[in-house]
Amino acid sequence: MKRLTALLAWLLRGRTAVIGMPYVWLLVFFLLPFLIVLKISVSESEGVQFKDVLTLKDGVFQLVIKLSNYVFITEDDLYFKTYLSSIKYAAVTTVLCLAIGYPFAYFMARAKPTIQPALLMLVMLPFWTSFLLRVYAWKGLLTENGWVAELLTLFGVDHLLLGAGLIPALGKYMNSPFSLVIGMVYTYLPFMILPLYGNLAKMDLRLLEAAADLGATPWVAFWKVTVPLSKAGIIAGSMLVFIPCVGEFVIPELLGGPQTLMIGRVLWDEFFSNNDWPMASTVAVTMILLILVPLAVFNRYQAKSTEARR
Amino acid sequence: MRANRSGRIVARAWLGAGFVFLYLPIVALVLYSFNDSPIPNVWAGFTLKWYAALPGDREIISGLWLSLQIAFFTACGSVVMGTLAAFALVKYKRFGGRTLFNGMVNAPLVMPEVIVGLSLLLMLVSVQRALGFPERGMLTIWLGHLLLGMAYATVVVQARLQDLNPQLEEAAMDLGARPWQVFTLVTLPMIAQALLSAWLLTFTLSLDDVVLSAFLSGPGSTTMPLVIFSRARLGLNPSVNAVATLIVLVVTVGTVIASLAIARAERRRALDIAAAARGG
Amino acid sequence: MSAPSAFLRIEDVVKDFGGGSIAVSHVSLEIAKGEIFALLGPSGCGKTTLLRMLAGFETPSSGRILLNGQDLAAMPPYDCPINMMFQSYALFPHLTVWENVAFGLRREGVRNPELTERVEAMLKLVQLTKLAKRKPHQLSGGQQQRVALARSLAKRPQLLLLDEPLGALDKKLREETQIELVNIIEEVGVTCVMVTHDQEEAMTMASRIAIMSEGKVLQVGAPAEIYETPATRFVADFIGNVNLMDGTLAEDEADHCVIDCQDLKHYVGHGITGTRGMPVSVAVRPEKIRLSRHAPPDEDHGPAFNRVQGVVKNLSYFGSYTVYHLELASGRLLKVSQNNTQRHRDHELTWGDPAWAHWSRQSQVVLTQ
Repeated sequence: MKRLTALLAWLLRGRTAVIGMPYVWLLVFFLLPFLIVLKISVSESEGVQFKDVLTLKDGVFQLVIKLSNYVFITEDDLYFKTYLSSIKYAAVTTVLCLAIGYPFAYFMARAKPTIQPALLMLVMLPFWTSFLLRVYAWKGLLTENGWVAELLTLFGVDHLLLGAGLIPALGKYMNSPFSLVIGMVYTYLPFMILPLYGNLAKMDLRLLEAAADLGATPWVAFWKVTVPLSKAGIIAGSMLVFIPCVGEFVIPELLGGPQTLMIGRVLWDEFFSNNDWPMASTVAVTMILLILVPLAVFNRYQAKSTEARR
Repeated sequence: MRANRSGRIVARAWLGAGFVFLYLPIVALVLYSFNDSPIPNVWAGFTLKWYAALPGDREIISGLWLSLQIAFFTACGSVVMGTLAAFALVKYKRFGGRTLFNGMVNAPLVMPEVIVGLSLLLMLVSVQRALGFPERGMLTIWLGHLLLGMAYATVVVQARLQDLNPQLEEAAMDLGARPWQVFTLVTLPMIAQALLSAWLLTFTLSLDDVVLSAFLSGPGSTTMPLVIFSRARLGLNPSVNAVATLIVLVVTVGTVIASLAIARAERRRALDIAAAARGG
Repeated sequence: MSAPSAFLRIEDVVKDFGGGSIAVSHVSLEIAKGEIFALLGPSGCGKTTLLRMLAGFETPSSGRILLNGQDLAAMPPYDCPINMMFQSYALFPHLTVWENVAFGLRREGVRNPELTERVEAMLKLVQLTKLAKRKPHQLSGGQQQRVALARSLAKRPQLLLLDEPLGALDKKLREETQIELVNIIEEVGVTCVMVTHDQEEAMTMASRIAIMSEGKVLQVGAPAEIYETPATRFVADFIGNVNLMDGTLAEDEADHCVIDCQDLKHYVGHGITGTRGMPVSVAVRPEKIRLSRHAPPDEDHGPAFNRVQGVVKNLSYFGSYTVYHLELASGRLLKVSQNNTQRHRDHELTWGDPAWAHWSRQSQVVLTQ
């Protein structure tokens, strides 16, 4: 009885409640589902039902782990290619976002302090507007007769893109690697700009003055002082772009085409079109394994940046 | 350090081009919502007929209503859960499984939604098979959005909590306030703005979500993004442009008003501090 | 020596945070009612931890804290009749000055009209009545401090704690505020314990000081006592400037003792109970030493003691006084401080001049720790 009241007292303590509630919630709705996905990926499927992995039959525990799905994935050319392709697109998007976003964030951070909040607001505004609609808008811009399409054809850019294998035919920009990358860069650019801006805006400008005083030209100072100091922002931004891009679904669906293999679409199709839940689960587990390393990097960065604030 | 002339030109050009890139689709969306043509790309004259058709568009209206409800509850739930998680992470430096907790709280920020959606759905289906509920519908969508929203809310609230002077809460206790009073009388007013930001952020996220909603919805619970998505998949559709323009309008007005209000408050505060330092 | 009516009794308190070093190590203090008592020491010496234990934010690992006979150790801060003025003032930014001061009273359940009476009395005490409606960010640093003080006195606590009260102010303001603060505290009559690393602050404001280092209390006493009769080398060195000379005990009688140091011999006007040959240190404050160009007149103890010859290596002019660094034969520097009592000093010593330093037999303190 005494144990029970002690337990109750411990439960009702502020500390237990504050930590406990979100913790339990996350365990149930975040961790548990992943474990279930893992389990289902190794279960035998019977139509929409799937047999239990661990069964008790005639007093004997039977553990049936079906690894054929995983074998299939590694063996099948298409899955392997799709994983590779997803990583490739995510990497390209990340690099482009960095190339466009870093100077953008840099110029924002060096602009007059009075207009910086306005610039920030202008960057945030598209973010608050529905991302689905903005991706849809690119459909309109890139189909035949779209503004951007016409403009690109005018400047002959389509020849370049065709030569690089990024569009299927002259004048046709939609449903191609080109349109997919544009869509992804467009959507994820703010995710790269914001952490970079946050990092660059906080930089102590006197460090650059010190560098100049010691004989560094602005160009040298940029590479030797500014860039290393913004490393944390670069990593954060890159993770915020790369990881979700690997599993993107909506953008490849609306702007991609038969050429653009993305693993997010594969998962969706396995689940919704083929109704093959174990297969979809296997795809998901493999995807998680793929992004585990960048995910760990991101997590460590988050923990470190919160430490640094204290 | 003063930027030299050519540096300034490059800066302005880059920023300008970047903003054009960011806003081009939005402008196009708005423009073609007034286009009197079923093909949104060929300009055929100005019309308001797509807007006129909206109220009669049952699918969109019911989708909008459902989305608003879900977004509201998501925002409320996310702020509560996110605040609890933020407190847990900021106040209690050491507790069992802290790394795991931290990882779980932050992961939804970057996890591809297809993974989160699939796993949550599979779990809910297992539960449904065992206990008979919950049916896929508004509740399940809410659960998924809450998972995502909680991650964002935690980041926002955590940032604010860490900037708080811990001596403020100690001072309150020193003056006789019990822990609960400290929270309501001192901490809460000071993080109020962060809570509001978190609420708006998660509201927007929920309103806009496609993938999680797709996995977790059931018959009769089609959210507005799902309606738009299915239409967009089929091709270009001016009714979508009309909806888009309205959303852009609301968001723009809201953001601009909020930004101006914040800017004005900041200016006044700076003036007050300067006046006080002078001995006013 | 225990004060007859020890109002605040700290009994053998230890605070160990784990992980190696002990923050507060077996501290025992007795503080009388109405005293202003200072805990003085370098950062990391444990004074802030001790203060926080008094306030209730930390619990002692062992030992007791008794306020007027009541054991405080287990009490949470919101139940203690103790109030603290924080280093950062910790004013609630979303409340007005009036509401800040009223905060503690409201928690006690004090209602109007008593509430208004007491708040206004406090504001009058710190002369902030006109600024009652302002918010903290609309106040200057000095004004914020007065609000913090009013807020911590509003509940008429039995003990007032001050955490580096003048740390945030600039020098000019600090001097004015020191006096003002003491006046208000004495007017209210509350017992006060303050923590500081600034000796001037402690010496000006407190009636008794405890010097702390590495978690231990090294000496407790009135400012003059600590300055003129330091108990250890650390205390001698920490407070003010000092010349610390190591030597051995050569002679030890009832009325005098002689200590052999590297460049000189000390003749001290009292005996210590020690053994011949034991190592000791002699502390002489710079202002107790006199400089002259020529050899000083003989004292009755003979010319071999309490004097030394050297060369002026360095001098720093401070306006009202000058500090000389005299280089002795061994290369050691002796610090001497002379008041500039006359405007035109034609025969002043300057760099490179040879000079004699001499001091009386009453000016040394012999230290064995």
